[in-house]
Amino acid sequence: MAATVNTRRLARAMLTPAVVILFIWMIVPLVLTLWYSFQNYSLLNPTNVGFAGWTNYQYFLTDPAFFQAFANTLILTLSVLAITVIGGILLGLLLDQFIYGQGIVRILVISPFFIMPTVAALVWKNMLMNPNYGIFAWIATSLGMQPVAWLETYPLFSIILIVAWQWLPFATLILLTALQSLDEEQKEAAGMDGAGFASLFVYITLPHLARAITVVILIETIFLLSVFAEILVTTGGGPGYATTNIAYLIYHLALLDYDVGGASAGGVVAVILANIVAIFLVRLVGKNLEA
Amino acid sequence: MGKIVLQGVEKHFGDVKVISNVDLTVEDGAFVVFVGPSGCGKSTLLRLIAGLEDVTGGRILIDGVDVTDLPPMKRGLSMVFQSYALYPHMSVRGNIGFGLKMAGLPKDEIAKKVEAAAATLNLTQYLDRKPRQLSGGQRQRVAIGRAIVREPKGFLFDEPLSNLDAALRVNMRIEIARLQKALATTAIYVTHDQVEAMTMADKIVVLNAGRVEQVGSPLELYDRPDNLFVAGFIGSPKMNLVGGRIAEGHGAATIGIRPEHLLVGREGEGWRGTISVAEHLGSDTFLYVDVKDVGLVTVRTQGEAGLRTGDSVVLRPDPARLHRFDRDGRAIRAA
Amino acid sequence: MARAISPQKKWTFTILAWIVALILFFPILWTILTAFKTEGDAILFPPAFLPPHWTLENFFEVQTRSDYFRHFFNSVVISVGSTLIGLLVAVPAAWSMAFAPTKRTKDILMWMLSTKMMPAVGVLVPIYLIFKNLGLLDSLAGLTGILMLINLPIMVWMLYTYFREIPVDILEASRMDGAVLWKEIVYVLLPMAIPGIASTLLLNIILAWNEAFWTLNLSAANAAPLTAFIASYSSPEGLFWAKLSAASTLAIAPILVIGWFSQKQLVRGMTFGAVK
Repeated sequence: MAATVNTRRLARAMLTPAVVILFIWMIVPLVLTLWYSFQNYSLLNPTNVGFAGWTNYQYFLTDPAFFQAFANTLILTLSVLAITVIGGILLGLLLDQFIYGQGIVRILVISPFFIMPTVAALVWKNMLMNPNYGIFAWIATSLGMQPVAWLETYPLFSIILIVAWQWLPFATLILLTALQSLDEEQKEAAGMDGAGFASLFVYITLPHLARAITVVILIETIFLLSVFAEILVTTGGGPGYATTNIAYLIYHLALLDYDVGGASAGGVVAVILANIVAIFLVRLVGKNLEA
Repeated sequence: MGKIVLQGVEKHFGDVKVISNVDLTVEDGAFVVFVGPSGCGKSTLLRLIAGLEDVTGGRILIDGVDVTDLPPMKRGLSMVFQSYALYPHMSVRGNIGFGLKMAGLPKDEIAKKVEAAAATLNLTQYLDRKPRQLSGGQRQRVAIGRAIVREPKGFLFDEPLSNLDAALRVNMRIEIARLQKALATTAIYVTHDQVEAMTMADKIVVLNAGRVEQVGSPLELYDRPDNLFVAGFIGSPKMNLVGGRIAEGHGAATIGIRPEHLLVGREGEGWRGTISVAEHLGSDTFLYVDVKDVGLVTVRTQGEAGLRTGDSVVLRPDPARLHRFDRDGRAIRAA
Repeated sequence: MARAISPQKKWTFTILAWIVALILFFPILWTILTAFKTEGDAILFPPAFLPPHWTLENFFEVQTRSDYFRHFFNSVVISVGSTLIGLLVAVPAAWSMAFAPTKRTKDILMWMLSTKMMPAVGVLVPIYLIFKNLGLLDSLAGLTGILMLINLPIMVWMLYTYFREIPVDILEASRMDGAVLWKEIVYVLLPMAIPGIASTLLLNIILAWNEAFWTLNLSAANAAPLTAFIASYSSPEGLFWAKLSAASTLAIAPILVIGWFSQKQLVRGMTFGAVK
């Protein structure tokens, strides 16, 4: 579909601000990060400034903390993905049934997604996971078990629980929406063909959900790779580096150790890792655009 | 006033030539219909005249002024869209008056003109409704009201009746034709329906694959088609086209004879065949006759001829009504 | 076509769904209930479900001790401000791509999406230093600008998908009616796109309100929005559960309500139109 030269000229003028702003936003900090990553630049030691070559990268990539942070990032991302996708499918299937008070149930289920990360993390840390007064401790004692100091004993698992609680509603909502667009007649036809619940799910429902599941996985991945606030207010990355992910490690280097060069090298690494994921997402959404 | 002239108008989309070298003059006050199969470029040509698309080459003049590079608003034309394109958030009053508001007319003048237009179109009682509260025919009338209220130099209609049901379509056809005559405003009307073209037009422009095949009054096109395409496109049911030895006998590559110009007899000289289907419409009867060496021939006879499926008949073309075409499909005219 | 479902099945699913829903909602419910307890009642063990002594004390305490409304105000300014400024940039861009697409439109959309995928932490250092040099650290203007930038791609995308559903005929009709571009947008496009614009607005307010990377790293006492304010409860004030709950309840309540109203549009916005 085309329009007149006049319209097209106007259209270009209207698009320009958004493109220019985003371009500057993307390119300037990125170039600076790259530049700093090759500099000796510490806010604590202003005299030692100069070209550093690959040393920042060397330090960052060989730091045992990096390995742990990398592993933690992977574990956190994959666990939350697994919980939310599987849980989201099950919940989506459940909410797709006839339920009295469906509207209210939907609202209750989606709510955790709207809670700001700092609130979510603090409420879980204090009021649910506290070993002396928390709800989990109460449940444990009621069942005759010993209360657990969740964040000290199972720090990463606790973070995973909190983050999964925030993202399960998102997965559920998306998958439920996709389920509701499944043609009722198609299900009935399969039912007429003698498909039971299990084969209906495997052959009709799951393929229909494939696209929504991919979307959920990729969008969650963007956010999960850079979980930050939840760690900051609960464990501060500890004990040791037990809950430090890459985002938190770089934050620590930059704003607590004032090592601009090192943090920038870490930033470049994080950007590269994220881009690997991004390529897949862009392809996926692009394909859906054409459809 | 509203004489519209196209000079060598071309439109390409990338490498695709959608309109090639169209020259056309639409006289002031004329009702001109662009007709052709879908994809022939008739809507594109209309959009070029409207200024919604740029021409790739050529010039467009309105009342002698070159408007080729002017935006739609400066061309003084108004348009009725196939989808009606009413503003869904405005009342009928707001829809009809929008153009006047854009032109900066004072409020009371707008109100007066809108009410006058609404009265002409029997819309007065619907003025405060929203488009979604109207029937298809009423929406159509609002779209027309929006076009006439601005007293434009010309109306552009883009298949305006194709979303209406058959009965309403006939009514609106008559209404549009009458309105255009009353206002004496130039109109260009695009349709793929040749019945609409034949009944409404002063002048028909037959388009095919981005080219003008023929321009003429409805009867000129019916009586003297310039080429095979026009011969086959204008007229319903379609003209019978026959090639081979029979055509050679008339000194042509192809001959054409309209269904209503074939005489049917039980015997005698002519094309002998059997009736494979007879459609009885009451006033007319359509016969589909299987003729050896010719194929299926459509015949239109008046009233009930007492002919039945399976009867064998003889068809005699009216020699005065026979159309002859050469190898390139061009009409051969007696010198 | 309603299929016959046995009442037994209906009730089984209903009970199951309500149990799951209540478990998921429980932390929020618990926070709200605790906000109305006294500090003593808040740490009762075994816990008291309903406040034994209902009190509004905590809400007043939170305000008088830490100037709660200043942070609430900051959150409103930052989230609403960044959204409105973003709309000013995004509406023309989305109009352009939806109604006058070129061969590059798709690439530009994809590129915008990809900027969203750049991890914030990757550019934390330069942004922090730029903000420091420009005196933007701990300023509402700085945070508003940053949040506008990070949400701009989502805004353009959402508006683009909504605009594409508006028939271009109607815009062309307005051009025939003599509307110049800004009139076409103001009188015709925007009124027709109100539902889409409203959802875009709401989703972006939610995202900006809850954003907790840049707000935590670029603000201090002065410009801190609620995310950063609540983070200050991490220790040792977090031991005052009733006050933490009161502050949290106030912080999440407005966005929870907005979220409930826009949950349907949220799907579309968060998935860039890939799931509707």
